[in-house]
Amino acid sequence: MAVTVHIPSALSSFAGGRGRVGLDRAATVREALEALGALHPGVRDRVLTEQGDVRRHVNVFVGDESIRYTGGLETPLQDGAEVFVIAAVSGGSSRE
Amino acid sequence: MATPRHLDVRDGDVLLMVGTMKGAFLARSRPSRSSWELGGPYFPGYAVYAMAYDGREGRRRLWAGSSSMHWGAVVRSSDDGGRTWTNPEEAPIKFPEGSELSLKQVWQIRPGRAEEPDILYCGVEPASLFESRDGGESWQLVQGLHDHPHRPKWEPGGGGLCLHTIVPDPADRQRLLVAISTGGVYRTDDGGRTWRARNQGVRAQFLPGRHPEFGQCVHKVVRHPLRPDRLFLQNHWGLYRSDDAGDTWGDIANGVPSDFGFAMETHPHDPDSVYIVPIESDEFRCPPEGRLRVFRTRDAGRSWQPLSRGLPQRGSYDVVLRDALAADTLEPAGIYFGTRGGKLFGSPDEGGSWELVADGLPPIVCVKAAIFGDLKSRRARKPVHMASPGRRGKKRPTPGKRAPGRRRRARPAA
Repeated sequence: MAVTVHIPSALSSFAGGRGRVGLDRAATVREALEALGALHPGVRDRVLTEQGDVRRHVNVFVGDESIRYTGGLETPLQDGAEVFVIAAVSGGSSRE
Repeated sequence: MATPRHLDVRDGDVLLMVGTMKGAFLARSRPSRSSWELGGPYFPGYAVYAMAYDGREGRRRLWAGSSSMHWGAVVRSSDDGGRTWTNPEEAPIKFPEGSELSLKQVWQIRPGRAEEPDILYCGVEPASLFESRDGGESWQLVQGLHDHPHRPKWEPGGGGLCLHTIVPDPADRQRLLVAISTGGVYRTDDGGRTWRARNQGVRAQFLPGRHPEFGQCVHKVVRHPLRPDRLFLQNHWGLYRSDDAGDTWGDIANGVPSDFGFAMETHPHDPDSVYIVPIESDEFRCPPEGRLRVFRTRDAGRSWQPLSRGLPQRGSYDVVLRDALAADTLEPAGIYFGTRGGKLFGSPDEGGSWELVADGLPPIVCVKAAIFGDLKSRRARKPVHMASPGRRGKKRPTPGKRAPGRRRRARPAA
């Protein structure tokens, strides 16, 4: 399934300045992020932990649905799906 | 996005590296330390818990451990006085796949011994130690500590489960000591393969057994390079000294308003002098009596004296965190500290008087001081080995070769 991953501006420098990356084939969100990571490891390491989990204060949406409620990284993708990686509002204030 | 102000840092400058909750700052002054320039913010929005200066082998390298709540933690370096920093694509410090751990924060970056110029150490959260043997290009988890049987019982303190203090032994390449909150002090005598808890005599008031083998919330441990067997420790309640490289600890809370605190630093030239910043209590983490005071001992903890000239002595509720107290190597030594209220203080006369170097910064969590490009400070002075029980009088290795680079007479303090 051809999908498009939208990258937050904070990470676009790790994707050659691009705000979105088209992938020829990804059946799940996990596959999409793995494929993205193969192309742009800098994005991968900032979106996923070294154990392959989405970072706690990062949200991933397929369309306007958060993957937290649609199966997490195993959320299936349809042809033409748009995946959004967005900094969560919960991460806006560091521990002091 | 905030645009950093860059400094023109020159050899011989006193350079302060200031890590805050919202970025890093640099301050520079000529050796007189009579006026300061402030640069930054670098990595705006990132918490910078760790900074370091590596002047070995002709380097002038700054290190920073920056962490984003969103995008994770990385270590970065600068070789041009902070103008540009690395921002590695792949995170250089990672826990192994399958370890179920992920890097949360870099708490300490520590260049190794002068005679091992390519070794650096990094203490992180969750409490672990990483080592680099190639000047910081790559990092490896110190597996021996990671696999310690005590690990499952280490509990996070208020700031997280962190390995925040790394103290190499300048006279023994096999020996390294670390401090974990809350785990306590651990020491290796075999280059990191095995580690033992070294907390005898250090209390843990929050545990039923007041002096457990491990689990203490040690806040800081310091060692003067000229006295490698002697260590000082600031605990979550308790001030201690060890004269046997950490095997045993004795109470030295003599005449301080509180033995609770975070920060501790040695005088650069006098091994009997140590600085602390007492805090009233674990429940009220503010200066005792509302008076911000640094305390110094000149007799290895037998007595402590307040140093407060120039510091607020009424209504001060600011606090100095564990890595936010530093000293430069000039004579007289400069002492510096930063507060959670964003104030950076400095003393050009070893604490006799204090002035505000900068104000209005984000909460300060780290302060380090260095003489930029200083050849003299790169040469390790020969440590004095004091005989200690249990050691077999092993001959200390001779300090290593002189660092290459320009040979230039160190400038006297202005």
